[in-house]
Formats: sequence, C-alpha cells, structure tokens
Amino acid sequence: MSEAGSVNGAPLLEVENLVVRYPLPRGLIGTLRRWPRAHVHAVEGVSFSLRQGEMLALVGESGCGKTTTAQTVLRLLEPDDGRIRFRGEDISRLPPRRLRSLRRRMQIIYQDPYESLDPRFRVRDTVEEPLVIHGLGSKVERRADVLRALEQAGLTPPDLFLDRYPHQLSGGQRQRVAIAASLVLDPDVLVADEPVSMLDVSVRAGVLAILSELRGQGLGILMITHDLSTAARFADRIAVMYLGRIVEEGPADEIIQNAQHPYTRALLSVVPQRDPRARSTPQILRGETPNSVRIPPGCRFHPRCPMAIEECKAVDPQLARPKAATSDSHLAACIRV
Amino acid sequence: MSLLTVSDLHVWFGLPNGGELHAVRGIDFSVEPGERFGLVGESGCGKTSAILALMGLLPPNAIVAGEVLLDRENILARGEESAEPHRWRDIAMVFQGAMNAFNPVQTIGAQIVEPMELHDFAEGSAALRRAQELLELVGIPGDRVSRYPHEFSGGMRQRAAIAMALACKPKVLLADEPTTALDVMVQAQILELLTNLANDFGLALVLVTHDLPVVAQVCERAAVMYAGIVAELGSVDRLFHDPRHPYTRLLFAATPDLYGADEVASIPGAPPRLDREPVGCPFEPRCDRAFSPCPTVTPRLLEVEAGHVAACHLNDPAVKAAS
Repeated sequence: MSEAGSVNGAPLLEVENLVVRYPLPRGLIGTLRRWPRAHVHAVEGVSFSLRQGEMLALVGESGCGKTTTAQTVLRLLEPDDGRIRFRGEDISRLPPRRLRSLRRRMQIIYQDPYESLDPRFRVRDTVEEPLVIHGLGSKVERRADVLRALEQAGLTPPDLFLDRYPHQLSGGQRQRVAIAASLVLDPDVLVADEPVSMLDVSVRAGVLAILSELRGQGLGILMITHDLSTAARFADRIAVMYLGRIVEEGPADEIIQNAQHPYTRALLSVVPQRDPRARSTPQILRGETPNSVRIPPGCRFHPRCPMAIEECKAVDPQLARPKAATSDSHLAACIRV
Repeated sequence: MSLLTVSDLHVWFGLPNGGELHAVRGIDFSVEPGERFGLVGESGCGKTSAILALMGLLPPNAIVAGEVLLDRENILARGEESAEPHRWRDIAMVFQGAMNAFNPVQTIGAQIVEPMELHDFAEGSAALRRAQELLELVGIPGDRVSRYPHEFSGGMRQRAAIAMALACKPKVLLADEPTTALDVMVQAQILELLTNLANDFGLALVLVTHDLPVVAQVCERAAVMYAGIVAELGSVDRLFHDPRHPYTRLLFAATPDLYGADEVASIPGAPPRLDREPVGCPFEPRCDRAFSPCPTVTPRLLEVEAGHVAACHLNDPAVKAAS
C-alpha cells in the first residue's frame, strides 16, 4: 500500500510457467532398484499476473493446485520450474537470506483463525510480532502501527482489543486479528487462503469487505477459494484451476456470465443459488478429479469433458482468447471454444 | 398426521460450573414421507442438538423435554427405552464428518453390516448382500464391499456413510452437514443422491446445514433457527421471496450469490449466550427493524400465511398497535 495505484498499474506480481512437483516415496525396493521416481504434479505450468489494487481469485476444487501455487509464489515452497517476478525482480531463485525482506512485502492469511493465532498471545503481541521479527520501529512506533493495523482490519476501537486473548474473540474477530498482523508490515501483496470458509455466514461479508477495502487502497490480493459465489462477488478477476493448470481466466463478470471452458461451465452449474426458483439442471460431472500423479494426456480434462472430441486426447490446449469472449483478457484452454 | 412431528422440543446441557445452557428452546416442525426438509442456522443455533435429541444420542449431561411423534408414537416418552427400538430402524442419521469416521482396519462392507446385525435386521450372507445393494443404491459398485475406507475417495466415503445410515430401512434420514467438507461437484452428486432417495423411496429427509443455498436448491420447506428457537418456517420459496423474520432476510443478504446484484452485507454483532435465558427477542440486538417491544417481549411464533410461521413482532398486529 506504499503507493496507492490503480488496477491498470504495472504488475506487482508476475508468474510464468510455474511448475511444482512433490516427489512420492519409492520405498526401499524402489530405491534399490532405482525405479523412476513418481511425482505429484501439483502445479504444471501456471501463469498469471496480479496488479496493484486488484483482487485475483484462484478458484478450484481440492487438489487442483491453488494453494501450492500461492505458497510457491510466497517462496514457502520451492518452484521446480518457471519464474516469479515481484515488482519486476525475479524472486524464483532468491536465496533464503534475502527472502526475509521479501516476506515483508508479501503476506499471507490462513483459512483457520482458530489455529493461526497463538492462544497465549494477546492481540497486541500477535499483531506486533511481525514488526519485532523484522526489527522495525521503536516501542512507541510499533504501538502506533499496531493500532493502525487493527483499525484497518475493522477492529474498532482498537484499544478495546489490544489486551484480549484469541479465546475472547469471535471467529470473525480472530480473522481480523490475523489480517491486522499481516497489514502491520505494510505489504504490497496479500495472499488470502480461503479467508472466510471457517466463519459463520453472517460475518463472512464483513471480512471480505475489509479485503475489498484494502484492495481499494492499492494492495494486490491473491484470494484462494473453492467458493465461486464469493469470487464472483468480491474478486476483480477469476482464474479457474483444474489439475495444476489454469483452464480459464478473465474479469470476474465475464467468467461468471460468459464462461467458455466446459469445466468452468460445469462448476458454475452446480453452485447452489439462493433463489429456489433458480433451480437449474446441474451439469454434474461423473467421477472425481483424476489423481495428479498420472495426468491424462492431451487435454487433462478430456476424460470428464462433455464436449471432448478425438483431438482432445492428443492436444494439450494452451490459454487463448475464446471466440465468444466479450473481453480481451478472457482466456480459456480448450480447442473447442 | 405427519410421519415425524416435533413439538416443543427443549435441550439443556448441564455446565461444569453448575449452570445450564438452554441450547434448544422449544421448537416445532413436522416432516412428511418423501419430503425434503431443511434445518438451517449458524453455529450454536441448536440445529445439531435438536436432531441428536431426535436420535436419543445426546451426551449424559443433556436434558431433553418435549414430544417427538414418529408414526404417532412419542419416542421421547420413556427415554432410552422408547427411543432405542426406533433408532436406525425408523430414524437414522448421517453424522457431520461421517465420511472420516469409518474404522480404517475394517472393510466398508463389514461396517455397513454391523448396524444390521446389531438391530437384528439381517445377518450373515443376507446382510452382506444387502450391504452390496445399499452401495449400488448410493452409486458405488457392489463389489467394493470388501474394500477398506482408505481405498475410497471422500465423496465415496460420504456415499458409504449414507448407505450405512440406510442399512435398516429407516423412514426418516437426518443428515447433519452432509456436504460441508466436499468439493462443489461432489456436493452436487451427494445432494442429487439424497433427493433421489426421498423421491424414489419416500424417505423423509431432514437436511441440517448452515448453507442456505443448499437448502434453497434441495429442500421443499425449511426452518431457520436462531439462538435455539425457530425464527421462521415455511416453503423455501416463501423464505427467500417473502421472508417474514429479519434474520432470514439478513442471512440471505449475507450469502454471496453467483448472479446476485445486491451488496453482500454481514449481520453486525453475535448471537446471544444461551447459558442465561434471553429476554425479549433473541435477535433484537442485531436486528435492523427492532422497535419498542423487541428488547423485552418475546415474540410469538405466528402464522403469517398458510404453512408459513415467523417469530417476529412485525407480524403481530396486536403488538404493533400497542407500541
């Protein structure tokens, strides 16, 4: 948030062909016989960019690689291939000692505010800790920063919360404390991993509104979520992931109103809507997402795709502008659209 | 006469400090054969306590009062003695997180057979055959009966948990958050299965969830619970299009919708503590329509139209006139 910017500013974060694989254990016999090592192909060539003042939602089912992508972007996991640029600087191979200053600029909030806060820490300690770790400010300055961060996270008046312990806070308040603890370092990028899925419905909107406001102040937010409705209502852009790839990406409205990739269309059709009269025929895909150890050849979605043709078994489709797109930044990885 | 009629159901939990927590504070609802009924509310509203009371499965520190008529028989009348003969045979439950509760060292089949043998429903090869049929019924090939839980995906384990609940051919199935931990595509598969079970076999389904859109898409009628009471009950269509309790309206407004145009707004505040009896309307501190009687007078559950009731003073001409 150091420089308030618009959605059209230079990218804060650029990710290019990111690849992350987890090796699987081979067992003793496998090691002795030197069987080839199998891998979980968690992320297989993901590219996207995040601008200042923008909220990008990475949407997909469990195992699609969305969390791995986010953690790798933060360098909490090592990429096997590809490039991550933060403000133009390649950080994909940055040595560990230089990561600390980077971490100040890129923060993460986790899904479960019941687990991410230390139960023995008062709110003031939780929010101040990042400043202490980074050796920032005097005691007086740190206190002012803590108060400011709490206020930004919607915990007002902040004095009221300083001396509370996590067990004295509601779920929504805990998540706001977690947000305050990331904001206190004044980061440029915030990764929010399922920030409201553990919260009661009645308080979710409040936490999302805070994120939305922070984006308005110039923060770039990468939101990981499985909930398309939340992405539809709060994100600027949506990227849909399937088996380690982004299969469709574009402005949120465009993706919701004019989805082109058959996977996105199927996903949208099964999201329950509030209005009982909106009961449509859900297009339920049979079976489950294949294992990411053995990714299907050609288009990875073809075994479950209702539109698949012979060619789909051989051609691995790249992201391209679909014919029916109404936005230039709408991309889908499907040879049929 | 409904298949299941719950009248003035109360649940109290004894607290270690000697106090009591009044978790369910007098709720009424009924369910017909083949009906899909939703019990919706946020955490702590009493929805799970209520259905555990129907099963007679609350912990020993709980006290239950009220009437639960199952085929005209009050299964709460004599405690365990009157509940036990019906449990699993007439009324069964899929627990929250059931898909993670299978015994990892027993085959799925053995675990589905267990309730049948325990309740003298079937045994031996007949029970195993029925386990296979049940798996087929929930969409799992019958030959998987000898597989272990770890060989099943999450969605398949949830199907198997449903098969297990159906083992003794119950008439009522209580499903507590059956899709909460599942991906949206698998959720759609499970909801389709539950709907088919109600349609094809006349099973009465009580779907307990915090997820309003799921209820809106699956159920015909629903009760919205708040702080241990039913705030509003009616057809899901009326609940969405003409909510008569501000909580119902605000809860819908707090729920993001794919195509919704209105602003998603949270409800300020938090539900009241239930370890002391709330005075007046329990929702009053968070309500955007509260007026003079709300903090002190408890609203009655009034019929606002046929089959649609709400506990809000706004619907009570007598209270409105007096204020």
